[in-house]
Amino acid sequence: MATDISSASPPASAETPVAGRRRLPPELSILGVMIGMMLLFEALGWIFVGQSFIANPLRLKIMILQESEIGIIAVGVTQTIIMAGIDLSSGSVVGMTAMIAASLAQAADAPHAVYPGLTGLNPIFPVAAGLLCGLAVGVVNGWLIAYTKIPPFIATLGMMVSARGVADWYTNGQPIGNLTDSFADIGAGWWPVIIFLGVAFIFHIALRYTRYGKFTYAIGANPLAARVSGINVERHIVLVYMFAGLLSGLCGVVHTARAISGQAGVGMGFELDAIAAAVIGGTSLSGGVGRMTGTVIGAVILGILTSGFTFLNVDAHYQEIIKGGVIIAAVVADQYRQRRRKSV
Amino acid sequence: MATITPSTAEIVRRSGAVPGADYLLEVEGVRKAFPGVLALDDVSFRLKRGHVHALMGENGAGKSTLMKIIAGVYTPDAGSFRLKGQEIRLTSPLDALRYGIAMIHQELNLMNFMTVAENIWIRREPLNAFGFVRHDEMRRRTLALFEQLDIPLDPESEIRDLSVANRQMVEIAKAVSYDSDVLIMDEPTSALTEREVGHLFKIIRTLKSQGKGIIYITHKMNELFEIADEVSVFRDGKFVGEHAAADVTRDDIIREMVGREITQMFPKEIVPIGETVLSVRDLSLAGKFHGVSFDLRKGEILGLAGLVGSGRSNVAETLFGVTPATAGTILVDGRELAVRNPGTAMTAGMAFLTEDRKETGCFLLLDIMANMQIALLRGGYATAGFVREREIQTLCLQQKARLRIRTPDLEEPIINLSGGNQQKVLIARWLMLRPKILILDEPTRGIDVGAKAEIHKLITELAGQGVAVLMISSELPEVLGMSDRILVMHEGRMTGIVDRKDANQVAIMDLASQ
Ligand SMILES: Nc1ncnc2c1ncn2[C@@H]1O[C@H](COP(=O)(O)OP(=O)(O)OP(=O)(O)O)[C@@H](O)[C@H]1O
Ligand SMILES: [Mg+2]
Repeated sequence: MATDISSASPPASAETPVAGRRRLPPELSILGVMIGMMLLFEALGWIFVGQSFIANPLRLKIMILQESEIGIIAVGVTQTIIMAGIDLSSGSVVGMTAMIAASLAQAADAPHAVYPGLTGLNPIFPVAAGLLCGLAVGVVNGWLIAYTKIPPFIATLGMMVSARGVADWYTNGQPIGNLTDSFADIGAGWWPVIIFLGVAFIFHIALRYTRYGKFTYAIGANPLAARVSGINVERHIVLVYMFAGLLSGLCGVVHTARAISGQAGVGMGFELDAIAAAVIGGTSLSGGVGRMTGTVIGAVILGILTSGFTFLNVDAHYQEIIKGGVIIAAVVADQYRQRRRKSV
Repeated sequence: MATITPSTAEIVRRSGAVPGADYLLEVEGVRKAFPGVLALDDVSFRLKRGHVHALMGENGAGKSTLMKIIAGVYTPDAGSFRLKGQEIRLTSPLDALRYGIAMIHQELNLMNFMTVAENIWIRREPLNAFGFVRHDEMRRRTLALFEQLDIPLDPESEIRDLSVANRQMVEIAKAVSYDSDVLIMDEPTSALTEREVGHLFKIIRTLKSQGKGIIYITHKMNELFEIADEVSVFRDGKFVGEHAAADVTRDDIIREMVGREITQMFPKEIVPIGETVLSVRDLSLAGKFHGVSFDLRKGEILGLAGLVGSGRSNVAETLFGVTPATAGTILVDGRELAVRNPGTAMTAGMAFLTEDRKETGCFLLLDIMANMQIALLRGGYATAGFVREREIQTLCLQQKARLRIRTPDLEEPIINLSGGNQQKVLIARWLMLRPKILILDEPTRGIDVGAKAEIHKLITELAGQGVAVLMISSELPEVLGMSDRILVMHEGRMTGIVDRKDANQVAIMDLASQ
């Protein structure tokens, strides 16, 4: 008589004893997506272009180098998103710091140097200038958000426009070339990758094991409760945006060193790729949830997409279209999985 | 057997032709497992027409889970449901509403930036020919509803400007507005003072006389005997027994609920009272309260009583720096302290359990451990910024055992805990700080009888160790039972401080309404 309304698949864990529960790290599934995507391109490669995708060290190197730059920004952007904020200014800050760093890194024999009196400097100076500028922008972002209470989206959108303006104004759009070899060394070889993984590791540790990290998650999860728990919410917001700015500055320096020239248009759209890397990696835009390991994998996934399409000779327009679709699909899949895990 | 569709059910319901059946709602063999927890195990439950059926059980016994299943929020793993003799099968809360089942949830679910009227009529807004919302009509309907329920609120005010108690009244009005046959109330009175509780009971009696069935969850025994016709008791996800309220005593129910006797409700001990730790002089917060002065001494429990809206919580928030005072002074240990934010208050040795655990208490997405340790981290337990996880985990486990928090492990997100267990986690958060001055706003909100007695004992013990306690509670028996002195407020003014020996219900109520 009774209608059976058992759900199609009763949770398997219902019978398992309470003590025996093991939590799988949430990155595992996204790691699976990454591997699956590599295998897919491998298969498509053999079918359409008769080559291996994976067994091509040069391609992998280019891919990883490219994504390292996005990755460095994504490390900062992830933290702002965990704190229920966002940083749209990172790409423009890359352009701005690229110009500033390049102008101080010109070789002694550079014709038409930006600062003829400041050529042939030790690379410490351009690096420090780039990092400090990034940091300063971050502090301004954080201050605006924390103390004037304007939404992070608006504050960093404004900064995005202004910082790009500074980059263009700096040399009236002229590229800055003839950089010293010692400066260019920073972007040579595997250095960008090492720097990316280095900052990712540092902030992974910071998020997981330090007070800084715990406060970041707490503010993202419930700013009111964070305040009542005695956290100086405003100061912490400034701190997190400061790190995000610093990392954008770092990206600007690394990029300039790698390209051995400073260009005002550099970093255009980086902010969106960085946000995509974070979100693909499982960081929730509503705050309180996210991990650095996920972001690293997210950045790699973006890299695989770009280099895979180029490898398959897919037209650039189609590339963009498909890439957008894949980003959305990855996030939808993640949402779906999380809902299932919550078993509601 | 064919199941009827919600729309058919609705038509039948609206026509008034109700199929004859003894029971409005019959639920049998319900089972629901969450990862690691069997929340409901073969549970049955029946609700009669025109009756109030109370559900009792310890924190985490499965009451809210059963109700959420009946209201279509959760899908059960097994079980059958009959509404007026007809098999039904719910897939969503909307479905349940169409069948005539409405629920007031344990936690408030209102949209803070929308008005009272918008909240009540959400999804059912009166529209004009072009599909635009008719705000005047919405206002009219809200006023009519409020008049029927005798609620003196402005339909145009925004939810965020209302006190927790008034928000609760809006939730109640909203649920009533669905005109459903079955109305589920999950701890509706946990944030209400005596007067609003009386008001709610009047509403319930009216609904009863209209033949509706009400399921009423509460941890307050006196309410049970005042309003309920039947009571069902749950323990550890199992149904234990059903009784007519007239046939049982308080002790019977408690025995069934917790499996042991609870002899002493307010285990108050008179402890030596030491020197003054907190002095408040003419404290004011513009628009909320003014001229509040009192002394709080070591080992003393000062109760703060008053009706909803009297400014009790505002005083607590101001003391702790959540909303800094606009005038007056706060002295801690005789030294003046400019409390500008919670940080300064905590440095001075204060701790503050807030009233609304969802808004200002819990980090719902984070795990239990993160929720417990957050206040502790500010002042220590970190070496060069690195949190000393081991040490903190030991502390958290101690608190978990001491407060009997029901959870498989500390890594569970706090959102998965039952309401009472969430409250215990928050209490643990502040106890771990070992404060000198403990401010508690509705400390036992949503906590079961057994655990309540334990928390009361804990508060008394803390006082014995020299902690000064300021306790706000809407439950007069709690204030009367626990306090050494009681400060009474009325509309933002202090109307008096009563000594324990002179305090009684009448004296307090007199001061609270003068
Ligand atoms: N979404 C969920 N995920 C995991 N576990 C859950 C979830 N909801 C409830 N539980 C668990 O199910 C059990 C029953 O919870 P429920 O909320 O029904 O208790 P309750 O009787 O309402 O308690 P209280 O009096 O504290 O409100 C608890 O052990 C709780 O931790
Ligand atoms: Mg409950």
